Amino acid sequence: MKKASLELIVGLFVLIGLVCLAYLAVHLGEWQLFGRGYQVKAEFDNISGLKVGAPVEIAGVEVGRVEAIQVTEDNLAHLTLNLRKGVQVYEDAIASIRTKGIIGDKFVKLMPGGSERLIPPGGKIRDTESAVEWEELISKFIHGKV
Amino acid sequence: MINLIRQLGRQTLSLVQEAGRMQLFLLEALGLFFIPPYRPRSIIKQLQFIGVRSSSIILLTGAFTGMVLGLQGFYTLRKYGSEGALGSAVALSLVRELGPVLTALMVSGRAGSAITAEIGIMRITEQLDALDTMAINPMQYVVMPKIIAGLLAVPLLTAIFNVIGIWGGYLVGVVLLGVSSGSYFSGMVQSVESLDVNGGIVKSLVFGLTIMLVACYKGYYTARGAEGVSRATTQTVVLSAVLVLGWDYILTSFFM
Amino acid sequence: MIRIVDLSRTFNGHAVLDGINLEILQGEITVIIGKSGVGKSVLLKHIIGLLKPDRGQVLIEGQDITKARGADLKALKQRFAYLFQNGALFDSLTVFENVAFPLREKTKLPEAEIISRTKERLAQVALSQEVENKYPDELSGGMKKRVALARALIQEPEIILFDEPVTGLDPPMTNTVFHLITKTHQASGYTALIVSHDIPEIFGIADHVAMLHKGRIIAYGSPDEIQRETNPVVQHFIQGEPDFLEE
Repeated sequence: MKKASLELIVGLFVLIGLVCLAYLAVHLGEWQLFGRGYQVKAEFDNISGLKVGAPVEIAGVEVGRVEAIQVTEDNLAHLTLNLRKGVQVYEDAIASIRTKGIIGDKFVKLMPGGSERLIPPGGKIRDTESAVEWEELISKFIHGKV
Repeated sequence: MINLIRQLGRQTLSLVQEAGRMQLFLLEALGLFFIPPYRPRSIIKQLQFIGVRSSSIILLTGAFTGMVLGLQGFYTLRKYGSEGALGSAVALSLVRELGPVLTALMVSGRAGSAITAEIGIMRITEQLDALDTMAINPMQYVVMPKIIAGLLAVPLLTAIFNVIGIWGGYLVGVVLLGVSSGSYFSGMVQSVESLDVNGGIVKSLVFGLTIMLVACYKGYYTARGAEGVSRATTQTVVLSAVLVLGWDYILTSFFM
Repeated sequence: MIRIVDLSRTFNGHAVLDGINLEILQGEITVIIGKSGVGKSVLLKHIIGLLKPDRGQVLIEGQDITKARGADLKALKQRFAYLFQNGALFDSLTVFENVAFPLREKTKLPEAEIISRTKERLAQVALSQEVENKYPDELSGGMKKRVALARALIQEPEIILFDEPVTGLDPPMTNTVFHLITKTHQASGYTALIVSHDIPEIFGIADHVAMLHKGRIIAYGSPDEIQRETNPVVQHFIQGEPDFLEE
């Protein structure tokens, strides 16, 4: 095999391989390459199995991801949400934990609200609704409390 | 009875010794990468042999694996009415497990056995000794480029396998069986995490190293003529398959 | 030039070399004779440092190759060339590339110089132009040996070790190879150590002959002296008497 064509073929192979790797890493693995958007915080009583990387949706459209989950000193779940640039969330926004279908993945649903002041990057969403625990709901129903 | 136990002990000791020798072999080969002469051309040649020449078989097996996953996944998921999860089922199986493992097995079958035979023949026809008498380190001339090329080629082949597999699953699930294209991809994007992708890459790096190490080691220490070469080749395929699956379990339990 | 002192090596409990003492004189052709499987190749491999002895020394102008490491060992090896029994040509390279190989790997000569030197060496061992682009598996045994000789000569070594250079060749080719060895020896003045059991041809080319038997050198001398040697083992070997007389 000629020197030049060997190098060409190997170069092509490496290029295709790298493109595939990049596709997997960026498209599926969500490595953020450009612009990290901005972060807002929210605290919940109970997030019931929500995981880092879960989507954040407004009106069913994905606008960001859960970036970190911690437990605060007073035993609340402290979430860091990473929202895309240009997504506007107001001070009276409500964040709630929902499930897709009955057994589906958990996600964060945002109702962006409509007051006059936007939540700045790093700000906090005050109104939150915890996850609905099916077991709790069912037991309440059985004991006639609902 | 005593003899049996003694036999067991002897076997264990020789196994441990062999494992130790392989590690030293690997360390020496990797160390020689950093010592001149660097031999970039040999590495490119080996990339062509291990990577480029394996890509057709990887395309073929990747496509079929993805298509089978699409088919099986569809009929299983339909029972629960969640065909929408097909994309994530296909992508997760590929990225986490099937991509790295099947790619490694294909590469060891295609390139690993050939490398053992090549080095083994160089050993029994004294070509390795000839290099040595010319004051050229045969480890550096023959072994190092193959190990480095394997380390580079296997992850790239795995990535190609995964992407082709995902599109194979798309072909069966979306085009033939009518799952919606949107839910195929959005389900996939949501359920695959960067840990899965990174874990898959780490796996394929480890597998690439393992396959090439076994292939070169078995070839390098071939003895006793043509029969020795055939035995070494068989051992390479069996041992690398066992090691790949063993590593897979260990790495999976480590990552997931 | 090369002095071997008390060289011993045991394989699987069998003493293949059992205290070898031998001196190989500079610029001479020394031939080691002995029966097949007596350890002649093993001795050569110890001399160039491919194998390590259990005991003893191989002194190359006072430097012990059995103890040398790293750059010292490399420098010592570069004074040698080794002609393997089956040539040990690289079968992925053509004849030309095989002969050019040591220059391409070990020197920074310009390509034109490498080509001209390679052609010169191929001509020296009487190989024609058509052979240049063939691969080793297309060559006859005699041709392989000649290519291997060219590859050894191109390294311009001080010492060439020949491991059975004519085994398996027909008589005309045997004479050709021996003739080439004498001719190149006269031209380049290298020290030659040849392992062979080709009696009587080797008496025609050797300056000194040593006989290896049961891991020891049992006779050493000029070809005439060896032929007059009274030791019965030597006489049996030279006369080619049937072997069942031995235990």
